[in-house]
Amino acid sequence: MGILNEAFRWLNDPLNWTGRRGVVELATAHLLVSAAAVGLALLVALPAGLWLGHRRRGATVGVVVANTTRALPTLALLTLLAASGWFGNTATALACAVFAVPPILANAVTGVGGVDGDVRDAARGIGMSGARMLWTVEVPLAMPLIAAGIRTGAVQVLATVPLAALVGGTSLGTIVVTGFATQRYGQALAGGVLVAGLCLLVEGLLALVERLAAPRGLRALARAAASDARAAERATAPRRRPAPVAAPGGTGSNGASPSP
Amino acid sequence: MHAGPVAAAANPWLSWEYLERNGGDVLRYTQQHSTLTLQAVVIALLVALPLAALAHLRPRLAGPVLAGTGVLYTVPSLALFAVLAPYTGIGRTTVLIGLVLYALLVLVRNVLVGLQGVDPAVRDAARGMGYGRLRMLVGVELPQAVPAIVTGLRLATVSTVALVTVGVVVGYGGLGQLMFRGFRSNYHAEVMTATVLCLLLALVADLLLMLVGRLLTPWQRASGRRAAREGADPREEAAWAS
Repeated sequence: MGILNEAFRWLNDPLNWTGRRGVVELATAHLLVSAAAVGLALLVALPAGLWLGHRRRGATVGVVVANTTRALPTLALLTLLAASGWFGNTATALACAVFAVPPILANAVTGVGGVDGDVRDAARGIGMSGARMLWTVEVPLAMPLIAAGIRTGAVQVLATVPLAALVGGTSLGTIVVTGFATQRYGQALAGGVLVAGLCLLVEGLLALVERLAAPRGLRALARAAASDARAAERATAPRRRPAPVAAPGGTGSNGASPSP
Repeated sequence: MHAGPVAAAANPWLSWEYLERNGGDVLRYTQQHSTLTLQAVVIALLVALPLAALAHLRPRLAGPVLAGTGVLYTVPSLALFAVLAPYTGIGRTTVLIGLVLYALLVLVRNVLVGLQGVDPAVRDAARGMGYGRLRMLVGVELPQAVPAIVTGLRLATVSTVALVTVGVVVGYGGLGQLMFRGFRSNYHAEVMTATVLCLLLALVADLLLMLVGRLLTPWQRASGRRAAREGADPREEAAWAS
């Protein structure tokens, strides 16, 4: 494969890594712009989401916002910004932040809004103020969902930043776009692999962070639930066969057929 | 054409004159955009249905199937096009493959959620009537999953409409092509027209699919009214949020 060889050769050339506009420099820029975009989105979406969830409002607002931004092409926003004179990495960060807001906002609203009413009542009963309840009860309980939203947003930003290369931004996407523009498809392929690798790597890392972000009590709870479910499965599986009466849980009432 | 002083003098964001002069171009790219979206979503649905059915019948496979489509979804579109282009060439095929792969995750996940969300009592009733596994899937579970499938189709279609524009890198991006051309020649009206048309296309497709979903599930309207009286349908909400 000529192109695969070309890509390997491109990746093997140390000049492509260290020089000006090398992989290292571009990857750093990529990560910095992404971090700025995620930070910006967090600054806007997190307070709004926590507040809306706390007041039990805006569940539909989150969904509506998420769906409208899905329809707006990233490229359109980038070109619109670029065409009106906003070039470079600031504009990129801004545009990407717009796309990172919906998942963070929606998950914060659903997470905080979904906290058990009994728990909230208990917190109020022992005399917690609204703010204290939010910080010590609701946010920790909603942490898994909030973290998942941030992860989704961050990965999305990381995947969007390369597009800015089309309108003059600098990121790992630059390698791909230049490759296409100069018809060096090996270089484009190498750039594509680098971008994909970066995204998958960060996604994996964030998945780890997400797991650690959940409070210890919740993690223990989840583990217990999982092992309970497994134990229940083991316990009911053999017992179901001889008893054609309704099985607990209502999954299968007919003993002769395989359980779904 | 170089953006000279004339262009700098008058460069409105919205211009009817632009549409009149370039109507043919705009129409052609809109057509390209919509056929590409339609083909991608249809192919993705044809692939997603058996995949989801397989994951549903063999729960052991559900994890790998979802993880596989999830990894594909994480790969940025630009990177995917760059990896595909050397093999599938510059142009339509590459864009189409990319779009199908991205629509796949949303569709598989929603079809699976729909299939798994079938009321166990309904499933039991079907089994009691002597339905085999496959017949139950096609005759009972799939129709029951239609609302979730339609939700998935709407999500996939709307995001596909947006994603087509990235096809610009391989020279086949529908309205994205117009956007990029407008950007290159610093022609504001062209960028704006393409953007608005993209949004309109997504909106129209979404509404059409919603209508199709309603027509496909006449029984939903009665229960929908009942659900509306008792509160929102939680399943639909969950599918949207995912």
